[in-house]
Amino acid sequence: MNKSDIKWAVLRIEGTNSEDESAQVMREIGVQSEIVHLKQFTGHDVADHERRNLADYDGLWIAGGFSAGDYIRAGAILAARVKSRLGNDLSEFVEAGKPVLGICNGFQILVETGLLPNLEPGQAYTQAPTAALHLNDCGHYECRPSLLRHVNRGNCKFTTGIPHDEVRTVISSHAEGKFILADDRDYERLVDQDQVVFTYTDPDGSDDPAYPWSPNGAAHAIAGVCNPEGTVFGMMPHPERVFYRRNHPDWTRTGLDAGLGFDVGDGRAVFESIVDYQVKRL
Amino acid sequence: MVRAEVIVHLKPGISDPEGSNTTKALHLLGFDAVQSVHTTKVWEIDLGDTPEAEAREQVDKMCRRLLTNPVIHDYDVEIRS
Repeated sequence: MNKSDIKWAVLRIEGTNSEDESAQVMREIGVQSEIVHLKQFTGHDVADHERRNLADYDGLWIAGGFSAGDYIRAGAILAARVKSRLGNDLSEFVEAGKPVLGICNGFQILVETGLLPNLEPGQAYTQAPTAALHLNDCGHYECRPSLLRHVNRGNCKFTTGIPHDEVRTVISSHAEGKFILADDRDYERLVDQDQVVFTYTDPDGSDDPAYPWSPNGAAHAIAGVCNPEGTVFGMMPHPERVFYRRNHPDWTRTGLDAGLGFDVGDGRAVFESIVDYQVKRL
Repeated sequence: MVRAEVIVHLKPGISDPEGSNTTKALHLLGFDAVQSVHTTKVWEIDLGDTPEAEAREQVDKMCRRLLTNPVIHDYDVEIRS
């Protein structure tokens, strides 16, 4: 498929706040992207010409923010709305191998819907959540650069452009990012099935970094996971906020080329990798 | 009228930063007897004239589908007429 024919939808409801830059970075990569409100997909309270069909898109990005005011739990309300109103369409979307990306609040929503971590290959999501993104150990919102180690061994279609074991700087910005598995014995399976994608580390390269390098106290320092097929991916830190080198907090000291190319930020590879996958596969 | 009271609490072993910070603050205020503080969330749900058994069943579904994440939460439901 031609890159310019690929169409991404960036989902929003009230309280989403990262949709503009999310749509923008996909356009920068060279694909089409459109911000779509959930109601445009479900067809409720929406004019005919504003209706959209999820199946017409090639990728879905659930953007960051505070959907529905983070009431009940971060992501819980949008997850319930997605599951009740869009559940079948989303299952078909995922089963067709189309990529779904959830950043920050989007990751919380993917976990609440049971799309992630989802240890069962071949099923779109679990009926009940099998993980949670709980309140940060520090008890409050954290906004700071995090060091992420790319631990995936090639399964995740969103990170094939990042060498294994490479550490990248990505911006954390959340209050509820502590990843917890329902049953910690699932961790081994998560690793075996190559579903762990990013873990937090510190300047010494620790596997168990202390606060603030782990901004939330996540189990096994997990910052991002994918489904068994590697096509549904969620992470707490924001790769779209380090898309350009000039987004990095230290760019004035290092210059605009820190090794990845002129003005290429550490997060750009996530979007290049998935579009590359789409070009080859679709 | 039937009213359901749903109390959502964190499972044992799940961190409760709000509770532990409150413990610290109470100690600073001199309440030395405080050993620990746990936060809970209470939802009062009015269900009109729904029969009690049905109300219980519905509230249980509400808890599982929206009000709790079973990975970190337990809940108790009390139905009052």
